[in-house]
Parts: sequence; structure tokens; C-alpha cells
Amino acid sequence: MKYLRMLLAMITIVLTSTIVMAEVPSPTIPKGNAEKCVKPTGEMRVNHMNYILHQRDETMYDGIRTEQFSFKKCINCHTVKDEAGKVVTYKDERHFCNSCHTYAAVKIDCFDCHASTPNSRNKASTAGGKH
Amino acid sequence: MSNQESSSQGISRRKFLGASAATAGLSVASGVSLISVAEAKPLDTAISSDQRWGMLIDTNKCATGCTSCVDACNTENGLNTGDEQLSRQSQKAQWIRKVELRDKTTGHEVSLPLMCQHCENPPCVDVCPTGASFKREDGVVLVDKHICIGCRYCMMACPYKARSFIHEELLNQVEDVPRGKGTVESCTLCVHRIDEDTNNRRDPACAEACNTAGHKAMVFGDMKDTNSEISKQLKKHSSKAIRADLKLNPGVRYRGI
Repeated sequence: MKYLRMLLAMITIVLTSTIVMAEVPSPTIPKGNAEKCVKPTGEMRVNHMNYILHQRDETMYDGIRTEQFSFKKCINCHTVKDEAGKVVTYKDERHFCNSCHTYAAVKIDCFDCHASTPNSRNKASTAGGKH
Repeated sequence: MSNQESSSQGISRRKFLGASAATAGLSVASGVSLISVAEAKPLDTAISSDQRWGMLIDTNKCATGCTSCVDACNTENGLNTGDEQLSRQSQKAQWIRKVELRDKTTGHEVSLPLMCQHCENPPCVDVCPTGASFKREDGVVLVDKHICIGCRYCMMACPYKARSFIHEELLNQVEDVPRGKGTVESCTLCVHRIDEDTNNRRDPACAEACNTAGHKAMVFGDMKDTNSEISKQLKKHSSKAIRADLKLNPGVRYRGI
């Protein structure tokens, strides 16, 4: 009898927790435009801030402008369009970074200075310069 | 040995300029050993003090009333767009400006562009309380906006009045040129252009625009590479640093003033 009660209690706990978990809203993270990211998704979720921070200092102080962890490349690939087909800025909650940062309540100030949408003028001139 | 010669070159430039034929022979010899310095910097390699970016501006070629360099700078760096247009004139971002000088005695007029002079001993870096103002290995003076608290002490320290403060919240900045409210900024010598590897490297927007306009008054290049156009011209012609009395050894030099 004692064991049966314990078993019942355990089943109840498991059931309740499953129900609760199902009720927790999860963020909808939009996919990037490329086939895959520069690192596996899981790794990017955990370490993206470190990669960006490291690259930031290398770019600013050492003039290293490689593309792998370039902030510019992140922005160029992870675009989200609104109903009108226009790429949304960080002011919009659908913006790639916002989609998770709003959920996690982590405030970022990158976009006080950095462009939050791709810049077509510079993209065009870079492409022109390579030929 | 070649490195030592190259690092002392900036200081002894005047001596080189006024030197006899014997000294010229010596500099040719060091020029041979410096060829490696002028080689390409791959994109993933850090900048080094083997280079020092500089500019030589010939005021005789600079046209009065022409603002090609200023316009190109504003476009390249996305200055004074959006809410910045609401700033009053004296508060607007100005990385490069045209200065017109007139000699009262002779009436001779000189027109020249003035921007951050990228000093070897920059006062803005000396006074910065947070370490945001810094000089790169290759001589470019920048602001680390992640650290800048917007105190504007550097603006007061700069004898060339070269820095601006951003008063408005910005959106849609140029992707290569991050800039935002509450930070100080100035000419970057278009680092995003000059950091590219040799095949893609471009001159700063102002110098490029001056060439396009046909004036060719601005020569940009590596002052430590004796084979570069700027070094050759600096060696051949007399040039001046503005406020040379302050001994800041600026990277921007002028001819004809």
C-alpha cells in the first residue's frame, strides 16, 4: 500500500511537470538566410556573445576584418522581413536578436551604434571592389 | 636593423628632407631593406607599427569652394542623416572641414581640408579618462565607442578641433561605421577601407573624391614605406605639420602653407 501511494505520487509529479512544461512559451527564432551558421546552432546559442566580443576587439584594435564572426555578416544573414517585405530593424520585436533577447530579458545595446539591418550601399561597393 | 630604421624614420624625416646627397644614398639603402614592409597584409593578420598611415595635402591644388572631400566623407560614414539633421549647425558631426585662410598683408588665399591629424602623440589619448581614445599600431587614432562615456574631454584637448559628439539617437548607420548617441567620434582615415587586403584596399573616401574631382590634392599612403607615393613626395617637397610647435608629429602633412 505504501509503495502504491509513492508510485501514485510520482506519477502525479511527472504528469504535472509535463503539463507545466508544455505551457511554458518558447521563443520563435527565425532562421538565417544561409544553409548553415558559422558554427553549430547549439554552440552559437551558448557562445555567440563571446565570439562577437572577441572579434570586436580584434577588428577595432588590430584591424582584423575576417568574415567568420563578423557582426556585419550576422546582420546580413539573419534578416527578418515584415508584412511589406521590408527588413525589420532592432526596434521591431521580430528582429532576429530580439526574438530571443526579449524572451530572455537580456538587454543588448549593440544597435545603439551598429546597423541592425544590412546596408545595401556598402554591400554593392564591396562586391565592386573585389573584381 | 631595418625595423629600427623604419621606426625612427618619422622622427628624423626633417633631417632626411634637408639632407645632402650622401644621406640620400643611405635612405636608398634602407629603402631596399624596407621592401618587405610594403607587402600585403592578409585580412586575418593584425596591423603593425611597420606601417604608418598618413596623408599629404597639397594646398596649391586644393580648390577654394570645393567640398568634394567633405561630401564624400559624410556619405561614406553616414554622417548627419536621420535625427542628426535636427541638431543645430554647431553640433553636427564634422569629420573633415574646409578651412579658407587669407594672408592679410599679401591677400594670398589658401584653401585646405582639416581633419583628425592622427598624431603620433595624440592629446586626445592622453586625456581620455576611460582609455576609449586610442592609437592603433599603424598610427590611426580612433575612439573605442564601447568604452567612451561621452565626457568630451578629448574634444577640448584636440588642438585641431577635429572631434564631434553625437547628440541624437541614430538608426540605420552605415554597417562599416558604427556610431551612436553619447559618444565622441572623428576621422578614422576610413579604417574599414584601408584594413582590407591589398587587392581590395581603397584610399579614404576624401582622398578618392579629391582624385575623382581632378584636383589630386590629397595623397594617402604608408609613410614608413619609402617606395610609397606619399613618402616620395614628402622626401622631395617641403611639407608642414599644422601646430608643429606642439610636437605631436601628425600623420597629416600640408604643402603650400
